[in-house]
Amino acid sequence: MNKDEYKKLVDRFTPKENKRKNGIIAFLVGGLVGVLAELIAVIIMNMFGVSRVEACQWTCLIVIFIASLFTAIGFFDNWVTKAKAGLILPTTGFAHSVISSALDYKKDGYITGIGANFFKLAGSVILYGMVSAFFLAILGVIIYG
Amino acid sequence: MASKKFDNIYIKDAFTIAGPLESEGQIRKFDLTMDDYYYQEKTFLDAEIKMQRTVIDNLLYRNKLGKKIDLLIGGDLSNQLTITNFAAKNFDIPFLGVYSACATFAESLIIASNFIENNLIKNAIVITSSHNLNAERQFRFPIEYGAPKAHTTTFTATGAVGAIITNEKSDIKVESATIGRVQDYDQKDATHMGAVMTPAAVQVLIKHLSDLKRTVDYYDVILTGDLGSIGSDILREFLKINYDIKIKNHMDAGCEIFLKSQQLYAGSSGPVTLPLVLFNKILKNKKFKKILIIATGSLHSKDTTNQKKTIPSIAHAVSLEVL
Repeated sequence: MNKDEYKKLVDRFTPKENKRKNGIIAFLVGGLVGVLAELIAVIIMNMFGVSRVEACQWTCLIVIFIASLFTAIGFFDNWVTKAKAGLILPTTGFAHSVISSALDYKKDGYITGIGANFFKLAGSVILYGMVSAFFLAILGVIIYG
Repeated sequence: MASKKFDNIYIKDAFTIAGPLESEGQIRKFDLTMDDYYYQEKTFLDAEIKMQRTVIDNLLYRNKLGKKIDLLIGGDLSNQLTITNFAAKNFDIPFLGVYSACATFAESLIIASNFIENNLIKNAIVITSSHNLNAERQFRFPIEYGAPKAHTTTFTATGAVGAIITNEKSDIKVESATIGRVQDYDQKDATHMGAVMTPAAVQVLIKHLSDLKRTVDYYDVILTGDLGSIGSDILREFLKINYDIKIKNHMDAGCEIFLKSQQLYAGSSGPVTLPLVLFNKILKNKKFKKILIIATGSLHSKDTTNQKKTIPSIAHAVSLEVL
């Protein structure tokens, strides 16, 4: 059996991931996170009488805090594994990735452990977020002047 | 020749520790079980070192060996064999550290048997361990990160197993062994280790059978290491298509540890998977007299996976006879 034949044999026995099901779950869970965040924003706006921009900033902090707390307590990873992109794409995913990395390296020292590995997973989000923001800003200038 | 017959090599005693999920699976009887992954230590690294120490301590104590062990051979999955090296420093026994990923136990067994067969030593302890969370951290993602897993993923078992190999007669004879060759069938998916390791298992099985002029029916059971449910299907099909061999007596250790209800993907993996099943299931079943174990190992690291390199694999076969 050569390598190509073996690849075909492996493919024959490898179950396909159910992309449609994963997509629907991610859509519903991600949407639910959005609805909850909106609810928090509305409550803050009404309770403290602040502008929508300020309320959204507070909401973002609260969502990040909740995701970090749930990660630290230790059950959020099970939620993320099940909901997949539904919890990875919102800011919950970012919080989850930095806190899980920090927990992993807490015994390796503040500099060589937590400091060096805090953005182990989230580093790409920051880097490519900045790169795309840069190009989008140029695009914005070209289009809107 | 890759295969060698042994005359007077025996397995005298074995001691097994199983992790929290493993002890709630298909096999319920282990020498010791762990309630949590920390095992009363501060880090998972320390927990695994303590597991190995406990195994060796118990083997020495139970067999009243004191300092009468000539050699300690073993390994684990960690970088630089940290776990086994740190466990070995607690014992005044000459030590050899070996690495074959999940085939480490069989490799240690073969080396120990050769030393004893050539009268260089009288007895040896072989040891191996794996810890799910240490493996997750080293090969995959941070422990608390909930990365989505593919259906083909195998779950690294937590446990430690040690055995005393000796030239004194006992119930279990190490009859022969075949050293495998590294195989690479262009598989790149580290979440599908069954597919990576199957060619190595096939290579060593065919070599073993042809060297010793046997057929698969010679054995009561052929126990492969940790191919998992999907890897086992591929193995059986591979043998059927390429060599026209139908194995009815095949069992995969990866499918024998966890229950389906535990939902741990394609089964168990890790160097302890095979010895856990061998000592707690196969050798306790009186039906199996001639046993062939084929331990399979996937020889990748996180770097080679990130650099999209193909994954080589290795397998070693050891034939055991229950007297």
